Amino acid sequence: MKQLTAATRARYFRRQLVNRVMGGLCIAAAGVGLILLALILWMLFSNGLAGLTLDTFTKPMSQPGSGGGLANAIIGSLLQVGVGAMIGAPLGMMVGVYLSEVGKESRFASIVRFVNDILLSAPSVLIGLFVYQIAVLPFGGFSGVAGSIALALIAMPIVARTTEDILRLVPQAYRDGAIALGSRENEVVGKVVLPAAFGGILTGILLAIARIAGETAPLLFTSLGNDIWSTDMTQPMASLPMAIVRYSNTPYPEWVALAWTGAMLITVGVLVLNIASRFSYAAVAGKQGG
Amino acid sequence: MSTPATPAIGARKIHPADTTFRLSLHAAGAVVVIVLLSILAIMFMGGKLAFDTFGLGFIWGTEWNPVTQIYGALPAITGTLVTAILALCIAWPIGFGIAFFLTETCPEKLRTPLGVAIELLAAVPSIVYGMWGFFVLAPFMSEYVQPWLTSTFLWIPPIGDSFFWFTAPPIGVGMLTAALILAVMILPFIAATTRDVLLSTPQLLKDGAYAMGATRWEALTGVVIPAVRGSLFGAVFLGLGRALGETMAVVFVIGNAIRMPDSLMAPSATIASVVANNFPEAEPGTLDLAVLLALGFILFVVSFGVLAVARLLLRQERMS
Repeated sequence: MKQLTAATRARYFRRQLVNRVMGGLCIAAAGVGLILLALILWMLFSNGLAGLTLDTFTKPMSQPGSGGGLANAIIGSLLQVGVGAMIGAPLGMMVGVYLSEVGKESRFASIVRFVNDILLSAPSVLIGLFVYQIAVLPFGGFSGVAGSIALALIAMPIVARTTEDILRLVPQAYRDGAIALGSRENEVVGKVVLPAAFGGILTGILLAIARIAGETAPLLFTSLGNDIWSTDMTQPMASLPMAIVRYSNTPYPEWVALAWTGAMLITVGVLVLNIASRFSYAAVAGKQGG
Repeated sequence: MSTPATPAIGARKIHPADTTFRLSLHAAGAVVVIVLLSILAIMFMGGKLAFDTFGLGFIWGTEWNPVTQIYGALPAITGTLVTAILALCIAWPIGFGIAFFLTETCPEKLRTPLGVAIELLAAVPSIVYGMWGFFVLAPFMSEYVQPWLTSTFLWIPPIGDSFFWFTAPPIGVGMLTAALILAVMILPFIAATTRDVLLSTPQLLKDGAYAMGATRWEALTGVVIPAVRGSLFGAVFLGLGRALGETMAVVFVIGNAIRMPDSLMAPSATIASVVANNFPEAEPGTLDLAVLLALGFILFVVSFGVLAVARLLLRQERMS
């Protein structure tokens, strides 16, 4: 056994020390992340549950001191998010199919892919301002439809990206088999590739819905918000995020309490959608023997 | 639009259904590009009145006065850059640490739950961060953090007599609080992207380093980081892009004062917060609205640049 010199031993000790210290700092970083999540959820639930009553779901927004709930905001959010997803999801799916099945590495497809990735993280406030210019000003006012268009533009790139990613996982042999049977291109995609990737595409759509359900900035410019019952999509429309904005910057404790309740409802919805999408993805990946 | 010359499926006669199918998919792809171009065009045309009135000086004008109708973008640009970069400086080391822990030292059992927790942090809507910042973080800052920072860093000399670093009245809201909230919001994105980058490093490289007796940290700094440096910067730029455009959370905690900041804790404004905050008072057809659209145009161009760099840096990783 060779005897280690003092210098070698000191260097070995120092290297181990650096490794331990940095490793420890990384564990601390992970701890910081967990603590932040716990802090936010705890504040949300402790404040949100306090204001949660049956009225929250049955009564529309109202003057301070006269009770009132968030029913119109909940309905407004569901309508706008629903319509937004119905426009954005099919469009996004088509873009994803184009990128994966038709465009592939062609020049135009590369541009579309690049632009889609940019839109994926583009500031949502600008999407709102854009839709204000094209769908609010020319049509004479704020409307639920404009809100849905803005949300659709945010959902589209998310669905497109996840659809392309999941379609690339479908084995080439599926396509070859369909082609060998004489299928046309639209049949290959519609009857073989899409069904095989259905769960994964659903994951993308659920994630997109989760994302747009919490969006606030675009609605500020498009559907504005509304204190009264309204399911008319051509009129200004209430939404949970806008109700939170309106209620949280007020001196009335009951309004602030309702804002917390609204924030809790949105967060619970978004987190549940996220976890659901994870399960739907896991189910597909498992089925494909991945 | 013409159908591409080389059909993906064998050489045979093209059926009308194939043509329709391809045309509609190409059209969907075109929509993506058209949306981006029209955002640029609409913002520019809407903001033209502002650019015509103030010229290029709009970008470095420091005055913002709705009464005299003189608008300069520099205060908002400064607020945007300072909060975003500060947020990045706070979030990056923590995000990187989380990514390293998740990929290397984390026990197998903890890996999935921790990964899920980080992704849930990313899913929390920005308005919730805004409320949390306004009702929880801001009072905490004004009560404990700001007085301490002021007394501890009093020795840092001010820049001229206009910027005093940490010397400011402890009112809770301001650039530092906004940067902290932004840091919390971009942290999960940086952690998740960095984790994916680290996971994409070939195991062989790491094994080589370990075989030479490297510790985990040495393998990371000596082998892994040099191998994926570009993609790591891509993750940073992606976080920066998010921070630049974040709106609602910032509106809640930045104090919404459109003037050149005199300290890191001063109330300020970002482009996004100015657009959201001043929009309700901006009547269609006025200079007020044109200024907001011009600000939007500037923000879009800057975000586009940052995100484009991010995607180009991350591209190698995605293609593999």
